[in-house]
Amino acid sequence: MFQVRIHGRGGQGVVSAAEMLSVAAFDEGRHAQAFPSFGSERMGAPVIAFCRIDDREIRLREPVMNPDALIVQDPTLLHQVDLFNGLAPGGFILLNSSRSFEELGLADLVGTLPAAHAVTVPASEIAMQHVGRPLPNAALLGAFAALCGQVALDSVAMAIRDRFAGRTGEANVAAARDAHDRVRTQMAAPAHA
Amino acid sequence: MTLQSVKFYQTGTFTVGNRLLDDAQRSVQANMRRTNSLNSGHRACQGCGEALGARYAIDAAMQAAAGRVVAVNATGCLEVFSTPYPETSWQIPWMHSLFGNAPAVAAGVAAALKVKGRTDVKVIAQGGDGGTTDIGFGCLSGMFERNDDVLYVCYDNEAYMNTGVQRSSATPPAARTATTMAVGEHPGNVFGTGKNVPLIAMAHHIPYVATASVANLRDLEAKITTAMGIAGSRYVHVHVPCPLGWGSDPADTIKVARMAVESGLFPLFEARFGEVTSRYTLRRPVTVEAYLMLQKRFAHLFTPRRDEATLAAIQETADRNVRTFGLA
Amino acid sequence: MLKQIEGSRAIAEAVALCRPEVICAYPITPQTHIVEGLGEMVKSGALTRCEFINVESEFAALSVAIGASAAGARSYTATASQGILFMAEAVYNAAGLGLPIVMTIGNRAIGAPINIWNDHSDSMALRDAGWIQLYAETNQEAADLHIQAFKLAEALSCPVMVCVDGFILTHAVERIDVPTQADVDAYLPPFEPVQILDVDDPVSIGAMVGPEAFFEVRYLQHHKQERALEMIPALAAEFEARFGRVAGGLVRTYRTDDAETIVVALGSLNGTVKDVVDAMRDKGDRIGVLTLCSFRPFPLAAVRAALANAKRVVVLEKSLAVGLGGMVSDGVRKALSGIVLAGHTVICGLGGRAITRASLTNLFQRAQRNELGVLEFLDLNHAVVDRELARLAQARRAGPTAEAILRGLASAAAGARSA
Repeated sequence: MFQVRIHGRGGQGVVSAAEMLSVAAFDEGRHAQAFPSFGSERMGAPVIAFCRIDDREIRLREPVMNPDALIVQDPTLLHQVDLFNGLAPGGFILLNSSRSFEELGLADLVGTLPAAHAVTVPASEIAMQHVGRPLPNAALLGAFAALCGQVALDSVAMAIRDRFAGRTGEANVAAARDAHDRVRTQMAAPAHA
Repeated sequence: MTLQSVKFYQTGTFTVGNRLLDDAQRSVQANMRRTNSLNSGHRACQGCGEALGARYAIDAAMQAAAGRVVAVNATGCLEVFSTPYPETSWQIPWMHSLFGNAPAVAAGVAAALKVKGRTDVKVIAQGGDGGTTDIGFGCLSGMFERNDDVLYVCYDNEAYMNTGVQRSSATPPAARTATTMAVGEHPGNVFGTGKNVPLIAMAHHIPYVATASVANLRDLEAKITTAMGIAGSRYVHVHVPCPLGWGSDPADTIKVARMAVESGLFPLFEARFGEVTSRYTLRRPVTVEAYLMLQKRFAHLFTPRRDEATLAAIQETADRNVRTFGLA
Repeated sequence: MLKQIEGSRAIAEAVALCRPEVICAYPITPQTHIVEGLGEMVKSGALTRCEFINVESEFAALSVAIGASAAGARSYTATASQGILFMAEAVYNAAGLGLPIVMTIGNRAIGAPINIWNDHSDSMALRDAGWIQLYAETNQEAADLHIQAFKLAEALSCPVMVCVDGFILTHAVERIDVPTQADVDAYLPPFEPVQILDVDDPVSIGAMVGPEAFFEVRYLQHHKQERALEMIPALAAEFEARFGRVAGGLVRTYRTDDAETIVVALGSLNGTVKDVVDAMRDKGDRIGVLTLCSFRPFPLAAVRAALANAKRVVVLEKSLAVGLGGMVSDGVRKALSGIVLAGHTVICGLGGRAITRASLTNLFQRAQRNELGVLEFLDLNHAVVDRELARLAQARRAGPTAEAILRGLASAAAGARSA
């Protein structure tokens, strides 16, 4: 089982991200479970969503305590919420930011992870460019596809088109592809100190 | 020999008119083919205004609907005296659910009939003032707001009679009830409280609202008949004296009801979509005193001393009704 | 057809397949997505011959269903928490009148204090009202149980509640096999009422019944639920034959044959428990799970049969009988009448507190070491409790407890962050 925890704020599409990820896995014939950690409906409040992916039926219903991958949609959460709690050794971190981990003060944490397991990607900027709105979730899913290898980019694209019709869907797919390619490039490059 | 025309005013009564009228003009109750949907054998008190009103209303509805009416009843006097297990007085399909949900249950029945394409079957909800103005008020407003295809008939005897004459929001000022006793500095029900549900029904802009009284049974039949010909939410509020709770003589029920109307305290009118379209102009106006004196629930206004202030206040209410509704 | 959809959506689609004729809805978290889905289907024309009514309260919602059902329409509504309490009078009324209404409960805690998260206190509050109560373990089962529920309700003339854990199931997106209309039609015939408001054959429904007959009328309700004990497994078997999967029934056992310790639970918690049980079995522990699907009628014989050979039973309960402890445990204890084994009630998950594998593992291991008491509270923060008790003892006008606890937690969290 591969467990993902997504952090963000209300209104950023955190819950949709988890759902689209589960749909992508479903499209590949796998089992997937996506669910939010709930608060009352409110924009801007910290939100967490979870996604589990497995080849067999998923019976577990607890929140994701030990994520294999963490997706952080909003870096302003960094010193407000205990984002990295329970991250599995050998886990992945995908952070929405145009800055590097060093600049964000997370070099030490990232240093404990295997090489090429942690990337930052300017998903909001990518989304602005392709979609015209700083909604980073689709881009982050494309990045996730590249980083973790759990779902293919094509499956992510199919899930995005399922959720967003017409031109919005295509624009989000483009954003996902863009982020995906950037992460691929980043992973191939030598790690920075 | 000069011929003098004789005007018969009470053409609907047994004593004079029905035998002189042709079939189409007779009241429903005077018609041999009346359905007697609330059949004899029920357990209502002697002189019960509600039993009288309900019989007239439902039979009129049955005639208008070619015998296809389903009734939903709130808990209350009518429900209790008409269905003492294992008997029922109802000759029509009839349902009692709870005290506060008659409008909602009726809406459900109407929805079921609609879904099954039974546009020929009409739904009536009925309840007393307690079930309508108080505990059923939320459901009533919901029914009005959705414009559910239901005729709601409220039989207003101005208190929770079935449980022993407790005050409701339809209880008039100064009336003695078990929870507004005629003691203390302000005996009886408090002034400045209460709600006028016909006006509230009008505020919902439903297709038809009417007030009626057992004082004028032809008028009641006519209003029910009119209502049955209209689709959507309709509300008829019927004033029904309760000899037990009002402390009036069972033989005086219709007289008391007539006094309430002719004093202006209970205006008779019709309204469509929130606007008054007709009203009964008082034929033989009386003072409120003539009405109040017939009822022991107002006895404390007369003995041991006359309460002039309260009597004047009640008269003012009546006068205001006459002005507002144009009853003069 | 396989779909990856939200649990609420799966329920809505299953209900729609049952050809409901009247749906009435009042919004309350966490059932809203169910009725929104159905409302959209009716409005768009995807679901035909169905009246969808937006009502002004939960009391109205069930009342509309009562009227519709009495007039011969297949009727459905959904609620949770405060909503089922607001309609409590109507819940008893529907059962007493024998109307085959199906209602989804999106299980949610009851206030005060107000709480929108999952536990079973809402359906438990009305467990004795005369409705059949079925609990879904997964969203697939939630969908399937609704199909069975209409058939069961109409066969018995008894309303049925399908209980689905709020948020945990209602808001989880997972793989669902949505049946075809043809299969559902073959399983669930049109509604044929036992009693109906019919102008061609009038009856009076809902008369007052005095001491001379009330007892028999009420007993007959109980008798219906006894019949349900046979009908529920039969309908589940018929369901499995037609749809090809297990759903419903009275109980399910998992690795209980040689178990020394058996865990009893309702709803989605069973999934987590099974994962824990598998891990413990891998280490040689003899532990198993008894899933209760039917809570009313309470399957005394089936529970007894499943538990009779165990040494100990741990009943996990997502509801607290204040002043007593357990509710499910009552039924379990009754089922085990005359059999001596160690029974433990564990209250857990109240107000949506997460129930983790780690906590359960620790709990079950303590059980195996005979360290559990008769009544336990899983992951209760005793320090917080003690602090509040001390605070209350200091002054008469101590202020509201909930706020004081939250304030305490907030400052503790702030302190931890700045440390």
